[in-house]
Amino acid sequence: MANNVSHTTEYKVLARVVLVLMFLTFLTISVTSFHLGAFSVTVALLIAGVKGYMILTYFMHLKYESLLLRILVAMIFVLYAVIVLITFIDYAYR
Amino acid sequence: MEVHRDDEASKLGMWLFIFTELLLFGGLFLVYSVFRAQYPANFHEGSLELSVTIGTINTIALLFSSMTIAMALSAIQKNNRILSMRLIAVTLLMATVFLFNKYIEWSMKFEHGLYPGSPLMPHLERGDLMFFSLYFFMTGLHALHIIVGMVLLTMCYFKIKSGNLNFQHYIHLENGALYWHLVDLIWIFLFPLLYLIT
Repeated sequence: MANNVSHTTEYKVLARVVLVLMFLTFLTISVTSFHLGAFSVTVALLIAGVKGYMILTYFMHLKYESLLLRILVAMIFVLYAVIVLITFIDYAYR
Repeated sequence: MEVHRDDEASKLGMWLFIFTELLLFGGLFLVYSVFRAQYPANFHEGSLELSVTIGTINTIALLFSSMTIAMALSAIQKNNRILSMRLIAVTLLMATVFLFNKYIEWSMKFEHGLYPGSPLMPHLERGDLMFFSLYFFMTGLHALHIIVGMVLLTMCYFKIKSGNLNFQHYIHLENGALYWHLVDLIWIFLFPLLYLIT
């Protein structure tokens, strides 16, 4: 029974992705070694976000998944952003 | 008789479970953010106590293991059983390196009297107490996920060996790999937030 619809990612694509991820790791370490205050946590989180996006897209194959699943994943991050926003508004104005 | 199988549904189920995991760690990151905003100086001093070198080695080990498990899935899809099993073995080796480093790291903290429930902990400043409590809880919960991932991937290894997991039926490895990438994804945020606070 043919029930296999999953995309097969080539080895070299995966190897390239991991090289970019490792480069971004060293970029995070070097950026945060300069003491830039609030700026450095923003940069560290932005880089972590890019790395997370790459893992979801290539390693977790979201690039080749159905639109439904991609929307579901995006919605979880939107939901989380809303939770964080509401919590901080609560803390800022109590 | 053909047993009914729905790989799409299995994968969707795995993703739904991943969503709950993301929100579980998301809650902890939220607690972290609130207390970091309240005690920025204590969190900075606390992070200086952690070894960036060990953290970096562990980040590289996890990123590399994420690649090898993704390759293991590609290998089984191409019907290359031996390569797939070897790549799972490399992934498990990287996971062991990660846990060994975590053991070294935690031992160093324990030697200084820092561990959950230690006599020293209640005498710390509130900010320091929050940093180290969150450090132990978040890295501890993450390490528990590493162990669970290792069990899942070991099961996949033996299923490939016995032939139950093959190029026509690889959903267990696909879901196991998704779980492993999740563990990597969480670490990508834990590393800068715990080790690289300025």
